[in-house]
Amino acid sequence: MIVKCAIHLILLGWAVSVFWLASQDALGADPVKAIIHFYGIGALNLLVLTLVISPAARKFKLSVLMRQRRLIGLYCFAYACMHIICYWWLELNFSPASFVDELVKRPYIWLGMLGFVILLTLAATSPHKAKLRLGRRWQTVHNFIYLASILVWLHFFLSRKADILEPGLYALTILLLLSFRYRKLQRWYKNRPK
Amino acid sequence: MKIRRSNRSQFKDWQITDEHTFNNRRLLLKSLGIGSSALLAGQAQASLFDWLKDEPTAKKQRKLQTLKYSKSRESELILTPEEKVTTYNNFYEFGTAKQDPAEYAHTLTVNPWQVEITGLVENPLKLNYEDLFNTFDLEERIYRLRCVEAWSMVIPWVGFSLNKLLEKAQPKSTAQYVAFETLNRPSEMRGQSSRFIGGNISYPYIEGLRLDEAMHPLTLMAVGLYGKALPNQNGAPIRLVVPWKYGFKSIKSVVKIHLTATQPQTTWNLAAANEYGFYANVNPKVDHPRWSQAQERVITSGGIFNQQHQPTQMFNGYAQEVAHLYKDMDLTKYF
Repeated sequence: MIVKCAIHLILLGWAVSVFWLASQDALGADPVKAIIHFYGIGALNLLVLTLVISPAARKFKLSVLMRQRRLIGLYCFAYACMHIICYWWLELNFSPASFVDELVKRPYIWLGMLGFVILLTLAATSPHKAKLRLGRRWQTVHNFIYLASILVWLHFFLSRKADILEPGLYALTILLLLSFRYRKLQRWYKNRPK
Repeated sequence: MKIRRSNRSQFKDWQITDEHTFNNRRLLLKSLGIGSSALLAGQAQASLFDWLKDEPTAKKQRKLQTLKYSKSRESELILTPEEKVTTYNNFYEFGTAKQDPAEYAHTLTVNPWQVEITGLVENPLKLNYEDLFNTFDLEERIYRLRCVEAWSMVIPWVGFSLNKLLEKAQPKSTAQYVAFETLNRPSEMRGQSSRFIGGNISYPYIEGLRLDEAMHPLTLMAVGLYGKALPNQNGAPIRLVVPWKYGFKSIKSVVKIHLTATQPQTTWNLAAANEYGFYANVNPKVDHPRWSQAQERVITSGGIFNQQHQPTQMFNGYAQEVAHLYKDMDLTKYF
């Protein structure tokens, strides 16, 4: 309970205070870019964090960590929502035509959007009821987080002008975290419904 | 050129922070427990790997000399605040983040400095640091700088027309292009000494213009902004400003101006030829492969509720002055 409260306090507090700073022009010279990037990188960081949780919980035998995974995943989704809303609002003035136009034309945008659709699906199937109803298929659905992590990384990498260091470090981290799942993914692939 | 009148009444009450609150915003934030300098320095895009970056060093900005110049006639463009002009820069020699140049450019020695004008000229020249400020009468020019990243700033530059300098060097009749080069000094420019910091582009940074573009009276060699010498992060001690082209053409901290018969190579074209052409004229009809160029955000003051979106104009609003330079060219092909 305390852990959950702390997570809310940090992640919600952070999101709100950065938004407030942006509204006060206290976020560097270009608050628009700053806030869009803040939510975007925030979502990526939280996605990486959800991938860290189960190996870490297993290694250190901390079941308390596992119980936070859904909440952090939902915050990842919320940050991604804010990322898209701020982009649509501040870069495109909420124009639906420009939004569709950009979505169709730019690979990095539709790759990111594909990742978002996965996050949306996972968020929608995160309540206990959904989990009960989906039964064994729930795990299959939620394994798509691995695909999402790759799509979101591609989106991040392709949106950069020339940088290689940061996307490179994220790539290594994500690959390392995925490598922990190698057995699981292999098993899942072998037992896939034919 | 379509000009927006500076008029406070266009702001709604709730968009204006009263001065007291504004001046005390840092205190206000501290009282909210958001005292971390990372947030205030505009580094809100905190990444997992921020700890790899150096701790911010105390800014050792040198004292900028006040310049003598003739004032520009009254401009109706709203100026971008000086603080934003000097803290939001693309100068990859000091790092790829917008705030990096302001943070790290103090390491650059700008005096002594030497600019060489060489190549196809009758009278090769060398200008030393003092010459940059004394050789020609300085004038103020208020230009909008349109970045290829779809934002723009309105900046009061101080400098002289490049054509004055070129006339002094007397281009030969065979000269058709002008190549520019930025200082190459990895010991003082951290981006040049590490490809991870410098965005993996090749150094020294090089740019180029056609001779008729270089001779155009709008083409400026700037040595100052806001009435003072250029801060290092803005390209001290001397930089090019070509107001109808995307910002990356306006090369900073120039040490070489070389006249040639053939089209020179340019840094961003070498890095990504499909994204950045030699001409790089501001053109709302030719998209960057990754985003539209039809609109721009003018960076002024005010937070996210007070954004200035405006349609981008052909040649950044200077079509009347420069369109004739390109009259038989397919600008989709020569972007």
